[in-house]
Amino acid sequence: SNDAENTAAHHRNTLQFNTYSHRKQLFSVCVTLSEATEEVSLDSPERQPILSDGPSPVITPVTPVMISSRADVFDRSPDQDEDEEENRDTFDIQISVSDPEKVGDGMNAYMVYKVLTKTSLSIFSRDEVCVKRRFSDFLGLHSKLASKYMHMGYIVPPAPEKSIVGMTKVKVGKEDLSSVEFVEKRRSALERYLLRTVKHPALLKDPDVLQFLESSELPRAVSTQALSGAGILRMVNKAADAVNKMTIKMNESDAWFEEKQQQFENLDVQLRKLHASVESLVCHRKELSVNTASFAKSAAMLGNSEDHTALSRALSQLAEVEEKIDQLHQDQACADFYLISELLGDYVRLITAVKGVFDQRMKTWAKCQDAQVMLQRKREAEAKLQHANKPDKLQQAKDEIREWEGKVQQGERDFEQISKNIRREVGRFEKDRVKDFRVVIIKYLESLVHTQQQMIKYWEAFLPEAKAIA
Amino acid sequence: MTSISEDIDLNNDASLVIDIPDALCERDKVKFTVHTKTTLSSFQKPEYSVQRQHEDFIWLHDTIVETEEYAGLIIPPAPPKPDFEGPREKMHKLGEGESSMTKEEYAKMKQELEKTVQVHEVFLQRLSSHPMFRKDRNFQIFLEYDQDLTVRRKNAKEMFGGFFKNMVKSADEVLISGVKEVDEFFEQEKNFLLDYSSKIKDATAKAEKMTRSHKNVADDYNHISGALNNTAADNNTAFKKHLEKCAEVFEKLRKVEDRMASDQELKLTELLRYYTRDIQAAKDLLYRRARALADYENSNKALDKARLKGKDVAQAEENQKQCLQKFDKLSESGKKELTSFKARRVVAFRKNLIEMTELEIKHAKNSVSLLQGSIEILKSN
Repeated sequence: SNDAENTAAHHRNTLQFNTYSHRKQLFSVCVTLSEATEEVSLDSPERQPILSDGPSPVITPVTPVMISSRADVFDRSPDQDEDEEENRDTFDIQISVSDPEKVGDGMNAYMVYKVLTKTSLSIFSRDEVCVKRRFSDFLGLHSKLASKYMHMGYIVPPAPEKSIVGMTKVKVGKEDLSSVEFVEKRRSALERYLLRTVKHPALLKDPDVLQFLESSELPRAVSTQALSGAGILRMVNKAADAVNKMTIKMNESDAWFEEKQQQFENLDVQLRKLHASVESLVCHRKELSVNTASFAKSAAMLGNSEDHTALSRALSQLAEVEEKIDQLHQDQACADFYLISELLGDYVRLITAVKGVFDQRMKTWAKCQDAQVMLQRKREAEAKLQHANKPDKLQQAKDEIREWEGKVQQGERDFEQISKNIRREVGRFEKDRVKDFRVVIIKYLESLVHTQQQMIKYWEAFLPEAKAIA
Repeated sequence: MTSISEDIDLNNDASLVIDIPDALCERDKVKFTVHTKTTLSSFQKPEYSVQRQHEDFIWLHDTIVETEEYAGLIIPPAPPKPDFEGPREKMHKLGEGESSMTKEEYAKMKQELEKTVQVHEVFLQRLSSHPMFRKDRNFQIFLEYDQDLTVRRKNAKEMFGGFFKNMVKSADEVLISGVKEVDEFFEQEKNFLLDYSSKIKDATAKAEKMTRSHKNVADDYNHISGALNNTAADNNTAFKKHLEKCAEVFEKLRKVEDRMASDQELKLTELLRYYTRDIQAAKDLLYRRARALADYENSNKALDKARLKGKDVAQAEENQKQCLQKFDKLSESGKKELTSFKARRVVAFRKNLIEMTELEIKHAKNSVSLLQGSIEILKSN
């Protein structure tokens, strides 16, 4: 019975390392995501003028009259929009996050991950780059992207959650199963995060993203306490609350937005429920594994005690079968978790980002309204000054009117642009969501098939042993 | 002893065949239909069908335990009380027209019924297949009497007052293990039973936990199916169908998983539970024999004393003779009983392990074909 105990313990300790490599194959959906098929074209007028450095051949040269040139850039024919959506070239980039390594000791320790990018896209300087990144680097990247793009209505994929409890265990040096599982969970989450980010055609070309993937040295991200993925979303939501408290109700001329917002509210609730059910499944499947292993040990002891030779043998073999089945349950629990549970968790967080983007639109509209109010005031002020004899003040008033006319126009353009962006983003999101779920469900059902086929094998091998009891 | 002889197989003897074809779960009790077919002349009719409650089985078991004549036999363990707490409340509410049973609650009730019928049936079949128990007067009354046994039960309680029952129930392991055993056979049996009894108790508990987890997984599939259906309600048509199909898959998976868990419970957990009780019955037999040995040794001492004093020698001699007779009878019958017990245990384990394995294979194959079929449909969409 000592042997049975030792083997079971050995199984427990080696669980992570045996299944790790197995998982890397099984869960390659996260690695390639080659189903994404947006064309990444440098000619896309999507390229925003807010890129940090350098001239770009695409954008029309900036003229002194800022407003009109920007109008050119954003003036797109409806056909161009559709072309972009319809183009289905292969999306050729693979990213893997691997080899977590602990650096340092005690409470200052941190994990470093290897980020490997393989691609044939020309915006990258090499077709294979490997860099080392720590968790706060990922958070830093996300906070930069969020501050640049969210206010324009882009759905920026949220970064993985921080976890004080999880990290503390790792820092303190506990080599136990739960901290190994924690690191693996985080590694996988970071990988999915990067893949989602580069799947976004605008984000892929962002210099901060390129720098993150390629540059060997990265300036340390500061204040990531405030800027965790959840932190950003909290800030966005606070803004949303403020907007909601506004007394002026937005005149929603576009029913599409109202409808979509409601849909996302509903989807949020549904996904959370689904996620909770799947989390419960993972938990119970793990329990099943533990209880099966425990029963296996007990059956082995019973077999040892049994004085009828053939029955004793059969009981020992039953114990062995149950041990193998325990391993199956463990593997299945991994599939439950990494294929479905984590994906649902990602989508719950993504929906929060989507809702944030709708709120940004409301904020933009509010700004536009404010500008109109100001313009009105300035006009009234100017009208008053017409009859006073203050030529200087009159000129100033006229200048201010022009200023605010410009702001109103800008506000309207911004509002139009963010609305257009959101429509496109939501369309892309829904296509991706449907595709992701379709792919994942099939992979998951295939994992269930595999488990059941193994069960059949084990029980069919045991059957003659049971029949041999005489 | 190594081959499975036919007379071990319960119900193989056509002269007395008993089964429980159905059971009715009423508000606060279960009514079993006990069906008997017999060719024995001691019975008045060749076939009977009577209604019995759990308490009637207990009454029968207790009268047998308290019969001195059976001291050298392994008394078949009493079936446990049917556990209907949850469903019972529901049945109660149903009676008052309050609520309706969900199909999950109904399925659980069916499973409990299956279990309890099996264990009550086996109890009767143990009695009918034993050369001595089958002739028991009360057993015959149990099978034949077409009225309610409640009155008889009450009378029996007053008569015995449960005295002997208490004596047997407090089987003292220390007494058994303390006996200076001359007989090799009983020495081995004693050691085996003491060790095996704790191991099988543990295995039963672990099997119960394992079955419980299986049922939890099945429940989760049910919730996932429901959540998928909810999500389907709001989606555009193409994806909606997809989600509904997925919800259907999980619902079917739940059914298979649930059935798998029930079958594992019936074949494995119930088997272990039953033999835990049967091992206890065998230990009780050892206890009774150990007491008889102790009585015999005491009677020897009393005889020596009497001879020394020169008083009541004849009486002491008679007492000693009777004690020895009783002890020898228990030893002889005990040996037979324990030997056939092992054979019976081996047959039962073999049968149940084979059936369990075949069912596991069947359910797993069902799962595979259901899953593969669904994968095909989902891929083609």
